[in-house]
Amino acid sequence: MTGVEVGSVGRLARFYRRSEAARGLLLLSPTMAIMLAALAAPMILLALYSFWTQDGYAVNTQPTLAQYATSLGRPTYRALFYRSIEISAAVTLITVLLAYPMAYFVAFRVDKTKFVWLILLTIPFWTSYLLRVFAWKLILGYNGVINSGLMSLGLIHQPLEFLLYNPTAVVVTLAHAWAPFAILPIYVSLEKIDRSLLDAAADLGDGAVRRFLRVTLPLSLPGVIGAAVLIFVPTTGDYVTPTLVGGSGGVMIANVIEEQFDKVGNWPLGAALAMASMAAVAVATLLFVAALRAAAARIR
Amino acid sequence: MAKKSGGLGLFLYAVFYLAFLYVPVLFLPLFSFNNSTFIAFPLSGFTTQWYQQMFADEAVQQALFNSLRVGAIAAVAATTLALPAAKALTRYRVPGGSAVLGLANLSLFIPEIVLGISLLILLSVLGIPLSLWTVTLGHVVICVPFAITVLMSRMEGFDESLEEASLDLGESGWMTFWRVTFPLILPGVISSLLLSFMVSFDDFLIAYFLVGNDATLPIYIWGQLRFPYKLPSVLALGAMILVASTILVVIAEVVRSYGLKDRHKMVGA
Repeated sequence: MTGVEVGSVGRLARFYRRSEAARGLLLLSPTMAIMLAALAAPMILLALYSFWTQDGYAVNTQPTLAQYATSLGRPTYRALFYRSIEISAAVTLITVLLAYPMAYFVAFRVDKTKFVWLILLTIPFWTSYLLRVFAWKLILGYNGVINSGLMSLGLIHQPLEFLLYNPTAVVVTLAHAWAPFAILPIYVSLEKIDRSLLDAAADLGDGAVRRFLRVTLPLSLPGVIGAAVLIFVPTTGDYVTPTLVGGSGGVMIANVIEEQFDKVGNWPLGAALAMASMAAVAVATLLFVAALRAAAARIR
Repeated sequence: MAKKSGGLGLFLYAVFYLAFLYVPVLFLPLFSFNNSTFIAFPLSGFTTQWYQQMFADEAVQQALFNSLRVGAIAAVAATTLALPAAKALTRYRVPGGSAVLGLANLSLFIPEIVLGISLLILLSVLGIPLSLWTVTLGHVVICVPFAITVLMSRMEGFDESLEEASLDLGESGWMTFWRVTFPLILPGVISSLLLSFMVSFDDFLIAYFLVGNDATLPIYIWGQLRFPYKLPSVLALGAMILVASTILVVIAEVVRSYGLKDRHKMVGA
């Protein structure tokens, strides 16, 4: 009996020593374990919760679509979904458009100081997110930098009230806060482009504009898509910015999710709102990537 | 070489873009020295009283200490978890390796609020009380993708034949890791620790849902933002964070690229 066991252990040990796969899986297992326990399991539980109901202080685990009916049926929630997606789409578009020339500059025009530029571009990102958002409240507010500046210059006599507490303020603030998430992926994809392709296009008589449109832009598209997804998906769930600079007109879906968990205490409804917003974002993202790919195929 | 056009225009654009990134952030230190509780132009005078007020505040000290503790533990845990994973993903062909990498990177694509509430639900189902430890757990989840990215790019950046030579000379896999691989990736490890620490130190939303009675620094700041008379000392705190994290970013990036020929390529990886 023991002989058999020793033999199989020995075989296992030999298999381990020979097999890259076994060794790799063993090394991966701690990360896999924590990610399953602290990321996958909570997400599955969140999905389950969205099918349950809140019964006073207890949770009724009888599966139902009631929370989804409320999430998608109530006009205020529907309006918030639309607004969250609109705001994030605007943020994504503006951030990517502004970041592209910046990334292009560092990838193609800077030679020895690339490293310095990249550090300069990332530093603001690492300073307190809360306070970066709050800084925009200081800038746009009733007594803020813009209003007090314009008034002390005598250009206006009453503070402008349309600057803060609206969706535009949310868009501006998020476009500022998420800039590095656009610059870095686009920079990486631009940096990877084989420069001899550009020389070849030039030798074949393409001008700068054609070279950019037919070589550089299509080849940098993976970076652009990466940047867009990396901004669009998380910003739809941002809570800090709409709370600080959004006002009642700039509230986003995260604000009602937070409310269900913190104040109302209806976790199943909060879970359904979270699931529904992630699903909406996933569909929007897939449509966007498909559209961009189709457009890129037509250019080529 | 293709002719470069629009050089000056692009350069000016880059300068304006940097200004757009920096000016809002620089209002924090600017107003933190202003001699008035009103945050408005024109500045009324120079003072360091807000800094004195902030340094004297015990709640700030406690929150800072909590954040340092959570950040240090989360950084060490995330880097320790990412190290074997990065080795497996760069050195071996592992079935399902990309799935594990995808799962680890998933937290970058899920809104933080969703990560926060889903962990909150899990903890409440398991009956685990909220504390700084639960915040730390949440932070490990968001730090791992940063740690894996940094470590993988470092492991791809050096010659694997050094490891093979060590194995050929009869060292065991474990000793090869400690005596060859680890020293070579040490800059990546340090960089991963610093970046993870900063991700944790700056996180508000996950901590907001998972924190018990002990506030971390962002939670403390969030509480202060409601009181106008507290704002100047919050700005002083923000200015201090700005300076400290600038120093940390520069160290993290310089260390990360240390000993690599193509240093600029590592930053964006």
